[in-house]
Amino acid sequence: MKKYIKLAFIILSCVSMKAQQIPASKQAKPTLILNATAHLGNGEVIENSVIGFKEGKLTIVADATTIRLDMSAYENVIDAKGKHVYPGFIAPNSTIGLVEIDAVKASDDEREIGGMTPNVRSLIAYNSESRIIETARLNGVLLAQITPRGGRITGTSSIVHFDAWTWEDAIIKENDGIHLNFPTTFKRSGWWAEPGTIESNKDYTKQVDEINSFFGKSRVYLAEPSSVKNLIYESMKGLFDGSQILYINANEEKQLIDAIRIGKENGVKRMVVIGGYQAVKVVDLLKANQIGVLIGRVHELPRLDQDDIDQPFKLAKSLTDLGILVGLENSGDMERMNVRNLPFQAGTTVAYGLTKEDALKTITLNTAKILGIDKQVGSLEVGKDATLFISFGDALDMRTNQISKAFIQGRDIVLESHQTELYKKYKEKYNQ
Amino acid sequence: MKRIFLLLFWSVFLTSNINAQEYFPNNESTKSKSSVFIAFTNAKIHVSPSEVIERGTLLIKDGKVIAVGTSVLVPKNAMQINLEGKYIYPSFIDMYTNFGIEVPKTSRSEGNNNPLYDTKRKGYYWNEHIKTEVNASDSFKFDQIKAEEFLKAGFGVVGTHVPDGIARGTGALVLLNNDKETNKFLSTVTTNHFAFTKSQFSNQAYPSSLMGMLALLKQMYHDAKWYKEGNSDYRDASLEALIKNEKIVQIFASEDKLNSLRVAKLGKEFGINYILKGSGNEFERIDEIKKTNAKFIIPINFPDGYDVSDPYQANQMELADLRFWNQAPTNPKSLSENGIIFALTTDKLKKLDDFRTNLLKAIKYGFDKTKALESLTTIPASLLGKSDEIGSLKKGNIGNFLITSGDIFDSKTIIYENWVQGNKFIINDMNLKDIRAEYLLTIGNDNYKLKIDGEINSLKADVKLANDKKVNSKLTLANNWLNLLLKTADTTKTEFHRLTAFVSDTNIISGKAVLANGIETLWSAKKVPVSAETKKEEEKKSEINKVFPVTYPNLPYGNVQKPNQKTILFKNVTVWTNEKEGVLTETDVLIKNGKIASVGKNLADPLALVVDGKGKHLTSGIIDEHSHIAISRGVNESGHNSSAEVTIEDVVNSDDINIYRNLAGGVTTSQLLHGSANPIGGRSAIVRWKWGLAPEEMIFQNSPKFIKFALGENVKQSNWGIQNPTRFPQSRMGVEQVFIDYFTRAQEYDRLWKEYNSQGKMGNLKKPRVDLELQTLAEIINKKRFISCHSYVQSEILGLMRVAEKFNFNVNTFTHILEGYKVADEMKKHGVGASTFSDWWAYKFEVNDAIPYNAALMHKQGLIVAINSDDAEMSRRLNQEAAKTVKYGGVSEEEAWKMVTLNPAKLLHLDDKVGSIKVGKDADVVLWSDNPLSIYAKAEKTLIEGVVYFDKDLDVLKRDEIAKERAEIITQLLQEKNQGMATQPASKKEKVHYHCDTLEE
Repeated sequence: MKKYIKLAFIILSCVSMKAQQIPASKQAKPTLILNATAHLGNGEVIENSVIGFKEGKLTIVADATTIRLDMSAYENVIDAKGKHVYPGFIAPNSTIGLVEIDAVKASDDEREIGGMTPNVRSLIAYNSESRIIETARLNGVLLAQITPRGGRITGTSSIVHFDAWTWEDAIIKENDGIHLNFPTTFKRSGWWAEPGTIESNKDYTKQVDEINSFFGKSRVYLAEPSSVKNLIYESMKGLFDGSQILYINANEEKQLIDAIRIGKENGVKRMVVIGGYQAVKVVDLLKANQIGVLIGRVHELPRLDQDDIDQPFKLAKSLTDLGILVGLENSGDMERMNVRNLPFQAGTTVAYGLTKEDALKTITLNTAKILGIDKQVGSLEVGKDATLFISFGDALDMRTNQISKAFIQGRDIVLESHQTELYKKYKEKYNQ
Repeated sequence: MKRIFLLLFWSVFLTSNINAQEYFPNNESTKSKSSVFIAFTNAKIHVSPSEVIERGTLLIKDGKVIAVGTSVLVPKNAMQINLEGKYIYPSFIDMYTNFGIEVPKTSRSEGNNNPLYDTKRKGYYWNEHIKTEVNASDSFKFDQIKAEEFLKAGFGVVGTHVPDGIARGTGALVLLNNDKETNKFLSTVTTNHFAFTKSQFSNQAYPSSLMGMLALLKQMYHDAKWYKEGNSDYRDASLEALIKNEKIVQIFASEDKLNSLRVAKLGKEFGINYILKGSGNEFERIDEIKKTNAKFIIPINFPDGYDVSDPYQANQMELADLRFWNQAPTNPKSLSENGIIFALTTDKLKKLDDFRTNLLKAIKYGFDKTKALESLTTIPASLLGKSDEIGSLKKGNIGNFLITSGDIFDSKTIIYENWVQGNKFIINDMNLKDIRAEYLLTIGNDNYKLKIDGEINSLKADVKLANDKKVNSKLTLANNWLNLLLKTADTTKTEFHRLTAFVSDTNIISGKAVLANGIETLWSAKKVPVSAETKKEEEKKSEINKVFPVTYPNLPYGNVQKPNQKTILFKNVTVWTNEKEGVLTETDVLIKNGKIASVGKNLADPLALVVDGKGKHLTSGIIDEHSHIAISRGVNESGHNSSAEVTIEDVVNSDDINIYRNLAGGVTTSQLLHGSANPIGGRSAIVRWKWGLAPEEMIFQNSPKFIKFALGENVKQSNWGIQNPTRFPQSRMGVEQVFIDYFTRAQEYDRLWKEYNSQGKMGNLKKPRVDLELQTLAEIINKKRFISCHSYVQSEILGLMRVAEKFNFNVNTFTHILEGYKVADEMKKHGVGASTFSDWWAYKFEVNDAIPYNAALMHKQGLIVAINSDDAEMSRRLNQEAAKTVKYGGVSEEEAWKMVTLNPAKLLHLDDKVGSIKVGKDADVVLWSDNPLSIYAKAEKTLIEGVVYFDKDLDVLKRDEIAKERAEIITQLLQEKNQGMATQPASKKEKVHYHCDTLEE
């Protein structure tokens, strides 16, 4: 009894202090998930599956009806009959952990000033204890690319998982890429309260030239060892040696053409488009340069009145059909709290043409490939991280996205949040 | 240019002294007034647009028409001007200008969010944007340069006013023939002006929105009535001026088709027949415009074509803008063919020169010439009540007229002179020969082709050799002396032949040529018939672009025909009844006369359009309790902490593409709420998304009255970035006091009126002042109006309920209500419903404890719970948002579905009409491809009162039409650019998506 009182005290104090969830301890016991429908993330489905993992890595992913297995090697066996297993969803181009409350400036660490700040690193500001992260985990989003905003070159992103004491613990890939906000060909006039017309951006050529010259200068600087260090140019190195990706935020056809041209001319090895509203118009260019697209928020309005009313819903399908590697990203208004809706954005692409497994790819393996982390995460394949979850039903549909278990690198993570605690607290209120 | 200025002088040879004021000393030899008869003979005289005299005589004296006709007796001492072959027209009138008024420059500091409550003015109306006491004649200063531009464009009289403020005071009528130091008013206080723009001289924040402006005007008229009845203890110069000028012509610059409808409605309420100054988009809602019975002043500032030569830019242009360019020149035609009476104005033209160009364009696009002349002469004269002075050349009228070479609406016609009140203004020399033609030019033995065209005062010559090789040339004609420079054939040298001649016969021009080598010889140019090439060119010029049909609304996805009610039978569909029958499978639903006629198996109707519903789902339409789409110019009247007097019903915008997108998401009804910038917001509009219909037709008939209240961070301006706030309240403590204060005042107000109304005929109580704000609040206390209150944290939720209880009414709905789960029991006791977000949080400090289980918890406590959008994007996916309550808190699918249909219907007190599929209810239904709560479901048909407003198959067709139309208009634009027409850079209009906290100004 005493034990329970103590436990109750701990739980209560957790609630009243509204502390964050405790990160899970390292996977001690080899674990086996049996009989679930496994959605591998690479397009394959195993109806009656066996999924095993040890020390954080997947050791077996197979069909239960055909495989022979030594069960004794797995101390922890979970029967998931009737349930579904998915690889952890990945939220690229995210600011989760950089801002806690949009309107509270003091909680905002997502943007720098200076215009060209590739040296600015998101990782250092990433709050692995953000309460928003807990809510995203509950819907199956277990990984994210933490990306700075603001300026022309916003800075350097890193990829993290969602179960960590510190930002260092969270790293999946540090400094994976540099993000470029490409100038738009149209510019708003007026100010926010009295908007004028949207006029063609007269400075476009100049702005494009500035980017070109910035890349050029970086290249020249890096070509010859310098006694005087320029930290900004130094930080561009990975783009030219292929260790980092250039993420180009662009939606318009002309932007896309210019951005890719500048990247190529300056010897940028790997590029990714973020947004890509008009990417269909430059498919050949994307293919020729093996550029994947992280398409802008699916749950968005068409940009022009005349656009197909389902344009954002069906873009994933259009690009997939044209042979482009497509992932989903979710930047925009209220983007952090919206991270948890990423699976439903993928679900919407199914209503507008993609198959369910192809839609799943857009938030798992495709994204991992685009981000260059597919050797480690993105699908349920032997050797990869055991970052996965079990859902009662189809995780792309709100009604059935109900998660009973989630593992990050084999760690059995807590499926609670500030919100579930409040839920329990107030259920208790009405039971009193 | 120089040439133009040379011609722009006042001819004084006949000028009588009537311009100068009699008591002014002058330096002339005598002070006697010259008073001369002038007779214009043998002209084709347009006495008025409908009365034309061939070979008539116009006799004027002292600036007035003495006689006009074919048998006018010309006095012996009359100056005679023979106008053989020439035409006379009454000069034009522009009744809407700011001629001679210095246009105020902005002095207001931009972005000032601190509302200035008190006015510095003493003795005037409380709101500084009401400037009825202003008289244009007081600040008028004759502008000679501008006057000459007007004269050149054919105008003789203009109306002018001070374009500043919402009520702008009176305008004057000015004659343009001033050549002396005095101001020439035909009349001073002639018109009374209103517009939807605030004064540049005031920092007063109220009104910050269009609905606020409308509310302010209503209150002003109520106050004027009350003032007129002698109820005020104070003098108010603004109201006195308004009252004094109530009988003169009232002009309202509505500047938009929908605003015109709004102003006409305002006028109807207060018995004012405004003349509406439009914007040129009237044709887009011509039926409704016609129904206003209002008279209009219409600009013809047709947009220049867009430069679409860059395809990347072109593909980002809105079709609506391209289409408007294509259709705009038809506006005058559309108005006149619909029998709408209107005057034309030069207002909004970049330069006055464009007036004639655009007028001729309108005529080319079908505007009747007689109507055109009327709209510039007799109509403005009659609108101004001045038909006995201006607008026609009947006897006794002022002698304002134009002398032209022919039909004034023929592009080749030359306007020679503009006479105003007996003063001649020369535009083009009347004696100048019109040599625009084609000639055979012979110099010595050499033959050339010569073509002269261009404007009469800026001729262009095109000279070619017999082998069609072009010869560079330059031609001038002054005082009928022609000079032509011809470059010699030797391209290595810059040498010229000089040709000169006095033109007396335009059929054969001959004179002396001085060749480049100095040899003098003779030359001649003999008129030849118009070449085939020229004819083709002329034909091309007179061709008009194919005009695309107006759609309703005139946007992509609009309908050419407004859709009709149909009898529709859905067969074998899964029906979500929202009634005790629950979800019925394989069921038929018959829609007839806009109602749900029957629900059952094996239904049949011979007239019905049968829709196979196998595998599909039929539900009642989604109702969004909290929406801000389709609102014109401002969702917040943030100028005051209470704005109960404003109403969204005044500013519903039928032309928002999001209406169509909402329909495509299965939404049929929304409550359009005021924003949350102040504790007491404005009244709601409950609308049905009848895509294509006018705003008034979208408003849900007999819907209950609602008002928006708000609590928390927005009303206390937490996130406005104001350094030194001055608007009370700044804390939740103050918010409570605002409510108590206003309700107390409303109670007192209500009592005053009740006492006054019940005193009977013998009573001696003074009539209370109508106060629209307190009247609205009194409706709440009297349970005639319901509150939907934006709310987040439990303390304020509880707080408002307690205030309401104190005043003996209930809050109807807490909207957003993200901490409702914390006080759901208390809400249940109070009897309030909840309309919440499915899963929003983390955007403000006050939503820190927002949880997605909120709806489920409140539902479990027995509250009526709805899921709302507050967002143009989310509103088209409300089915998905409802489904989240299944995930978060385990609400059953049927109950979850009710949260976006029946429950909001209940909250809005509309559940007797909509919200479920029940025989007798309105046929507001949606056919879904799948279970509507599924992420995979799509709306296929959306009906309101039995009319299909969205159909997935039609949508596909519309997409094709959009692409085709775009391509065709872009081709037209490229052709125009190729022809050298003026273009403007590609641009598009900003789309504003309103949320609760969107502020204007």
